Amino acid sequence: MNALYSLLFVFLLVLIPLFGVDAAHMRTFFGVCIPTTAFIIFLIGFVYKVVIWGRSAVPFRIPTTGGQFQSFDPKLFKQNKLDCPQTGAQTFFRMVLEVFAFRSLFRNTQVSLHQGKDQPVVAYKSSKWLWLFAITFHYSFFIIALRHLRLFLEPIPFLPVGALEFVDGILQIGAPVMYLSDVGLMVGVLLLLGRRLVLPRINYISYVSDYFPLLLILSVALSGIYMRYYAKVDIIAIKELTMGLVTFHYVVPESIPASFFVHVFLVSTLMVYFPFSKLMHMPGVFLSPTRNLPNDSRAKHHVNPWNDPNIKAHAYADYEKQFGVPMAEAGLPLDNPENGVPKDEAEA
Amino acid sequence: MSDIPKADELFKSIDYNPPLTGWMETPVDFSPGNWCYPAKPEKIEYMETKLPGLWGEARKWVPSEVDWKLPANWKETVVSGFRERLKKFRSLQLFMDICVRCGACADKCHYFIGSGDPKNMPVLRAELMRSVYRGEFTVAGKILSKFTGSRVMEEDVLKEWFIYFYQCTQCRRCSLFCPYGIDTAEMTMMARELMHLVGLNTNWIMEPVSNCNITGNHLGIQPHAFKDIVDFMVDDIEEVTGRRVKAPLNEKGHEILFITPSGDVFADPGIYTFMGYLLLFDYLDLDYTLSTYASEGGNFGSFTNNETMKKLNAKMYAEAERLGCKWILGGECGHMWRVVHQYMDTMTGDTQWSGMTTPKSPVTGTVFNNAAATKMLHITEFTADLMKHNKLKLDPSRNDHLRVTFHDSCNPARGMGLLEEPRYVLKHVCNNFFEMPPATIREQTFCCAGGSGLNTDEIMEIRLRGGLPRGNALRYVQEQHGVNMMACICAIDRATLIPLADYWAPGVAISGTHELVANALVLEEGEVRTMDMRQEPLPGFEDEDDDWTPPNMEDA
Repeated sequence: MNALYSLLFVFLLVLIPLFGVDAAHMRTFFGVCIPTTAFIIFLIGFVYKVVIWGRSAVPFRIPTTGGQFQSFDPKLFKQNKLDCPQTGAQTFFRMVLEVFAFRSLFRNTQVSLHQGKDQPVVAYKSSKWLWLFAITFHYSFFIIALRHLRLFLEPIPFLPVGALEFVDGILQIGAPVMYLSDVGLMVGVLLLLGRRLVLPRINYISYVSDYFPLLLILSVALSGIYMRYYAKVDIIAIKELTMGLVTFHYVVPESIPASFFVHVFLVSTLMVYFPFSKLMHMPGVFLSPTRNLPNDSRAKHHVNPWNDPNIKAHAYADYEKQFGVPMAEAGLPLDNPENGVPKDEAEA
Repeated sequence: MSDIPKADELFKSIDYNPPLTGWMETPVDFSPGNWCYPAKPEKIEYMETKLPGLWGEARKWVPSEVDWKLPANWKETVVSGFRERLKKFRSLQLFMDICVRCGACADKCHYFIGSGDPKNMPVLRAELMRSVYRGEFTVAGKILSKFTGSRVMEEDVLKEWFIYFYQCTQCRRCSLFCPYGIDTAEMTMMARELMHLVGLNTNWIMEPVSNCNITGNHLGIQPHAFKDIVDFMVDDIEEVTGRRVKAPLNEKGHEILFITPSGDVFADPGIYTFMGYLLLFDYLDLDYTLSTYASEGGNFGSFTNNETMKKLNAKMYAEAERLGCKWILGGECGHMWRVVHQYMDTMTGDTQWSGMTTPKSPVTGTVFNNAAATKMLHITEFTADLMKHNKLKLDPSRNDHLRVTFHDSCNPARGMGLLEEPRYVLKHVCNNFFEMPPATIREQTFCCAGGSGLNTDEIMEIRLRGGLPRGNALRYVQEQHGVNMMACICAIDRATLIPLADYWAPGVAISGTHELVANALVLEEGEVRTMDMRQEPLPGFEDEDDDWTPPNMEDA
């Protein structure tokens, strides 16, 4: 049901620019106003959210330690520097692997229950599917985004754009040459969507807000693929428009087809949706306190900005006052010998 | 325990398929057995005098009844407390925003593995809170509540929190697997803080908290009784070893203050570990003292709110100052070490007295720079260093009647990184050591299912279900290698793993690491022991006093 709602939304989103451009002739609105506004909302929303996070305090260093810590004798007990970093540099490398290689997800296991011969068995096996789907999807998306820089830069720099295009099209299949990242994105999205639909547990925890971004990205990809491989749109005209967006000399050439406006509208929706959704996991992963902090609170003093100095231990003096008499009887030393005198004797 | 199904039946009842109704529509089971008993009102009244404003109104209430007697302004209190904590804890704020519900955490939780209840999937446990966050604090959640899985704070929601945030032991296993490091322990801590504000609490946590504050230990042992118990253990050590050990209490002018969880003073088998400490320290002629005032290493405050955690923790430095100790040696305990390792110095480090120094072993001269800020050393670090320098004469064959495995406690594993030291110690004192399967040890270790204040008998079925992964791994090494002893470095483990093992791997006993050290420690040249620390006869000495054979010896 949630998936169907999401599909319906995406269909509506495709129809809006089709009507807008073909029927209402709002070419400038959909070619310039919408993407510019969307980009501004994206930027402001993104920065706003990150600022909110940044303003929230980090009282304690709470890394999840995934291996041996730095021991008193690092030779005898070898530290796992990547999973249990002690220094800033080690933490940096942990984060690099987390962000670029999805290291935690790579660790994924799957549990299954079996009835053994005469006892139950809980079995664990490595499960790298989700990691594979995710890495395929994210890297493809990332490469595609970088490739799009060719539309906003003049001259087109070889690094990264030209080089990426070369490697991405290295299989030399078809004309225009098929990009691996296009295949990767489609496959990745479909697999991620598929597991949400098929796996009962994942299906159970999925909201509209989980299906919608996947379907939206799918529609972005499909409209892009349609333009490149089937409609073979006038790329020169499109670059005229996109260069106009970044140089503020807005032009909307007549030869640009409706499919482009659909693509741009979907991307704009994605940009607007981004800061208000779970897609913010992208900047969020950099700030995660269980990953981006060194495991050094026992060796180095840190300051909790809201530490309350007024919270003090129950005073020993009060403790001794309360238990002084039996303490004295038991032969335990007292700071104040008077506390050891039974009350009635003291009064007498 | 009579109404708890047999292990095989319980195992067969586990179904990982979610129910047909959505999780927000699926009712919560409030029947007895699903919740811990609420705190006695006098415990709350006492804590209210010590840390006012954190506990709500003290009252009698029962979770299986409809009326939980919440204060009139409970909703406002919870929502504004939530808002306040979003600013105080970036972890909370971030973890509310960035989960993508990929489900990688789903089958990592021991409670889910043993129950199949979808609300025990860490992702859904956190959604119990996130849904409220979105519904109360975000624009998208307020407008599109249905589509974004949002809801506002209602009594039913709060009640659901009470059930499920007391079915999380803050073990952090899910956070290891989360691609964004989302830590359910953080959310459980926050949810419990918020529930405390409106007087939703459990007695098994609040009684220890108030006891810790009054008597210094969670069992409420008063100082003279504490001394009696220690004297009793000194007698027992003499019985086993012939040596009368010193056990200094509350003495000033010693170099080291030793603090261990009080569970080790009180209950079998923790007492054998405690006797192990005493024997080791006496053997080394260590310049140390115990304290009755700071006689609890465990921090039950950490199961309630950060204020109480700090207040209870502050005793350690206060007592080190009063007694003039230079550094603190800490015993075997799980959550105690989470607090000491990741919180203590930040919370109370500024109250250290000027005489405190970085721990330095008086026996080997090793300076423990990894504890330079807290000035607090873990006993297995201390002992491993002794072993490395050959300062202990050991006869591991005295543990030959034991086939030992090691249970990594969650907190030292995932909140500290102390993995090798206890193994190094164990391998020096045992000839028969076997690891459980890799997915169940070290950083992937499974909880005893009784941590974070859930070690109470009224939720025994929940605990046994949560104990399935650990119990099953234990059963595996029991069958493969004849393991009959699971060592650990946690006092809660020493209490909770016993029913767990009895249920899932009958025949395996539980011990602390230093109990086995004490067994193997050769006090003087040619020393012969006829029994282990439990006063059970060692192989070859069975007929000395009686012909009773301990259960784990029957097959040997």
